[in-house]
Parts: sequence; structure tokens; C-alpha cells
Amino acid sequence: MIGVAFRRLAAAVPTLLVLVTAAFFLMRAAPGGPFDDERVMPEEIRAQIEAAYHLDEPLWRQYLIYMGNLAQGDLGPSFRYEGRTVNELIGEGLPVSLTIGGLALALALTLGILAGTTAALRRGRATDHIVMGLSMTGISIPNFVIAPLLILGFAVYLGWLPAGGWEGASWRHLVLPVIALGLPQVAYVARLLRGSLIEVLSSDYIRTARAKGLPGRTIVLRHALRPALLPVLSYLGPAAAALITGSVVMEQIFGIPGLGRHFVQGALNRDYTLVLGLVLFYGALIIAFNFVVDVLYGVLDPRVGRPT
Amino acid sequence: MAPALPVRAGLGRLARRHPAALVAAVLLLLIAAACVVGPWLLPHEPAALDWDHFSTPPGVDHGHYLGTDAIGRDILARTLSGGRLSLAVGLAATLVSLLIGVTWGATAGYLGGRVDALMMRFVDVLYALPFMFFVILLMVFFGRHLLLIFVAIGAINWLDMARIVRGQTIALKNQPFIDAARVGGSSSARIIIRHIVPNLLGVVAVYVTLTIPQVILFESFLSFLGLGVQEPQASWGSLVNDGAREMAQAPWALLAPAGMLALTLFCFNFLGDGLRDALDPKDDDGR
Repeated sequence: MIGVAFRRLAAAVPTLLVLVTAAFFLMRAAPGGPFDDERVMPEEIRAQIEAAYHLDEPLWRQYLIYMGNLAQGDLGPSFRYEGRTVNELIGEGLPVSLTIGGLALALALTLGILAGTTAALRRGRATDHIVMGLSMTGISIPNFVIAPLLILGFAVYLGWLPAGGWEGASWRHLVLPVIALGLPQVAYVARLLRGSLIEVLSSDYIRTARAKGLPGRTIVLRHALRPALLPVLSYLGPAAAALITGSVVMEQIFGIPGLGRHFVQGALNRDYTLVLGLVLFYGALIIAFNFVVDVLYGVLDPRVGRPT
Repeated sequence: MAPALPVRAGLGRLARRHPAALVAAVLLLLIAAACVVGPWLLPHEPAALDWDHFSTPPGVDHGHYLGTDAIGRDILARTLSGGRLSLAVGLAATLVSLLIGVTWGATAGYLGGRVDALMMRFVDVLYALPFMFFVILLMVFFGRHLLLIFVAIGAINWLDMARIVRGQTIALKNQPFIDAARVGGSSSARIIIRHIVPNLLGVVAVYVTLTIPQVILFESFLSFLGLGVQEPQASWGSLVNDGAREMAQAPWALLAPAGMLALTLFCFNFLGDGLRDALDPKDDDGR
């Protein structure tokens, strides 16, 4: 168990290194510097600015400086927000993004598990077809389409909920973004769970449980659901990645001051350090999430980590 | 893993078991035909402004069947020509990922051993990277060329394909006909190209059907954020973005491209699912 955890952790380090290095050199290989499109500035001032950001050093030194700072958790100053560091900007946006992402994940899991279980137990009947049809629709409608449609329905026509904004995380501002972000994931979880639950329910030990007369509810809840949830667990890694990319769009659409908005604005404003810092942060977040999932998987499935 | 069924047997099963998937295929053909031919037949250019009709609702008598946007552009013409671009990106980028993925996966699977381990380890490392952000970085640093979008999306989507192709290749390579080819003196490259790859077509067809919607979705995502195609070009993603901005005055400008995008993705997913079911040798018990 602990061996698995260590192996995974050791595998994450080179991945992160590749990510940092590739992103850094990609940034430097880009034509034009971050201050090139500013109005013409005197030579001395340009030199001073470049010295302040270490842009006058040779490339390999810049890389070492960046990596050195990174090792201390310092992502450097933002190029566009004067006097702000990337760390500060991430620190401000993170709680907001985590709130939305966490709620969307919770929604995806509860609703997805409920729907998937129902469909599996009613396999081949009308309920099953309805749930699966809905979930296929959910997968096919991207969340940047769902979001404006929700705004159109609930904010513009019905006027029940605000079309965007934040105002201290009041629940009225949370409802639409969380639904739009979570819905496609609900659909994925439901489909995944339905498939694995159907497979588990046809296995021998479930037949045994049935033969000794256990009530259906006990069989499903106590015996079938736990192994059937394993594929859902391993889906959590990709789900986290999808929620993070999804939150980028949601924050843009609903005007929410989280990380995702910094990312898009940074990308459009060519704020290189901010975008680079966010890519690294997101990468680390996804890797960390996958790591936790792997470890949990080992806990839930006793076969993992044992010689076969 | 058992090798998948040959394509022809699979198609028969598809027709029998999933008639709805065939409907999806027909719908897709119709959508594609409308997007390719439609813009030529319509009286309005997608970028032309109609000064008499700003934010006009859909109707027949003024000739804008799906209405116009805030500056008088015909929504139907824009949706169809945007679809051209979305579908083109989907096909081209899928082709890129197909070429890389099949070559990589078949080579790794057939050669096996240390080469295989190394090649798949490389795939694993790439897999863990958040590629969405990488592509956005590429777009930011190198500008937004359409060609770059094709290549970037294709270059990140081949990983799944490589894994699946590798698994199938391993299942295939111990079959008697491969032994026969080897005994007959064929080189590894020849065996892969002439004997392995043709037998992978069924599986590859399934994953192509499932990759195309992913790619279309990805391109729409980029364009929606303003990081994909640039004006005057438009794709479904950028049209949804435009429509979302004026949805209070002209909801049809949002609904038309959003509906087309969703319908297309739905059909592709549905067809891919049906195909996968039909070609899967695992459950031969007719449901």
C-alpha cells in the first residue's frame, strides 16, 4: 500500500519537471517579448525592466533562476498586474474556484451515482432508457452551451437567479455555475456506474447473496455498490481535469473572480508569468488529484499492490 | 483482450441491434451535406450585413430563416459555414491523431519488450499533462493559425488511440496468420502495415467516431474563449460565444449554433457507442 503511494509519487516528479521545462521554454521560444507591444520606451528603461525580470540573462540562467524560485514555491511577479505576484493572484482566486469545483464534483457524484444505480437496477426498462438518453444528451451538450442556456432560461426569462457575478459566494450566485459545470460530469458518472454495476450484479457472489435470501437493497448497497464504484473512482482524475478546464469557461461566462478568469485574461493579455504559473498550478493540482485517487483505489481494492 | 470483429460483420450487428445509431449516421451525413453545400445555396453571405434587419427573429418572408444577429448577419448562413469549419477541424485533427496513434500503438504492440515499455511510458507521461492548457499556451505564444489548431489538437488526441491500437495489436500478433507471414519472411514493418493495421480498422473506426466529437468540442471550447478561430472566420464555438453576448435581444443567435453543435456531438457519440457495442466481441448474446 505504502509502496504504491511512493511509486506514484516518484512518477509524478518527472511529469511535473517535463511540464515546467516544456512550458518555460515554450514561453521563451515565443516570438516577441512581453514588453514588445508596449508603446516605444527609452532604451535605458527597457533595459531596467528587463533586468528587473531577469530577461537580460542568458536563457539557461533564466531557467535556473525560475526553477530556483519555483523550488521555494515562488512563481514570480505578474507581468501585467503591476506590483502583484503570481502567488498572490492564485491565492485570491483559488478559494472561489475550489468552491465551485467542489460543489460541482459533489453534484456529479450524488446525482450520478443515484441515476446510474437506478438505471442499472431497471436495466432494459423505460427508466433505464430515459436515464441513459438524458445522460447521452448531457455528455453531448458542452458546458459552455449549457451555461448560456441556463442564463437565458433562469435569469433572462424567469428572473429567478442572477445571470452572473459573485458577491461573497451567496448561494444564488452559485446555483447556475455549479449546475452548468457539474451536469456533463453527472452524465459520465451515471453511464460509468450503470455499466460496472450491471457487470457486478451478474457475478457469482451476487448470485450467492441472492440465493441465501438477502433482501435486494442489502445486496445492492452492501455487496454490489462498493466494487462497482471503483471505475467511478478512477474516473475522478479525468473528472477533476474536466472540472478545472470547465471552470475556466464558467468563470468567464458568469463573471466569477476565480483562477480560470485569470487564466483567460492572462492568455489574452499575454501575461506570460501568470499563465505559466497557472499552467503549472493546474498541472500539479491534476497530478495531486490523480495521486490521491490512486492511493484511495489501493485502499478500496485489496487486489491492488499485491503480486498477482 | 480478444481481437474485435471484422468491420462488415460489425455493421450487420449494428443495423440489427442499434437501428438508432444508423439514424444518427444519416443525420450526420445530412448535417455535413448542409454545411458543405448550404452556404452556396443561401442568398446571404455569412459575413454580409443586412442594414434593414438587425436582431430580426426567425421568419420566412424576410428571407432570414433563422433570423439575424445584432449587426444584421444571417444566422443560418453563419451557422452552416461555421459548421464547415468545425467539421473540417474535427476531421483533419482526427486524421493527425489517427496517423500518429496507429503508427505508435501498432509499432509498440508488435515489437513488444523494452521498446514497447519505453514507448508506452512516454505515452503515460504525456497523459498526465494537462493538455488543454498546453494548447492554450501554444495559441497564446504562437498566434492563432488554423493549421496550428489542427496540429495541436491532433497531436494531443493520439494518446488514447495509441493505447487502444497497442492492445489490439498484442491480441492480434499471436494469431496464426501473423505467424504465417513471419515464416514467409515478411519484415516487421511489412507485417504491421499489411497484416496488423487492416485488421485494426474496426476498432479504429469506433475511436475515430468518438474522437471527432472530442476534437470538435475542443475547438469550440478554444473558439468560445476567443483563443481559436479569428474573425471573419467563425466556427460553432465562436458563434455560440457571439450568440451568448446578445441572447437577451436575439436568443436565436445563440440557439441555432448551440443546437447544431449539440446535435452533431450527440450523433457522433451515439454512433460511436453503437459501433463499439456492435464490434465488441465480448457480448455475443443478442440483447
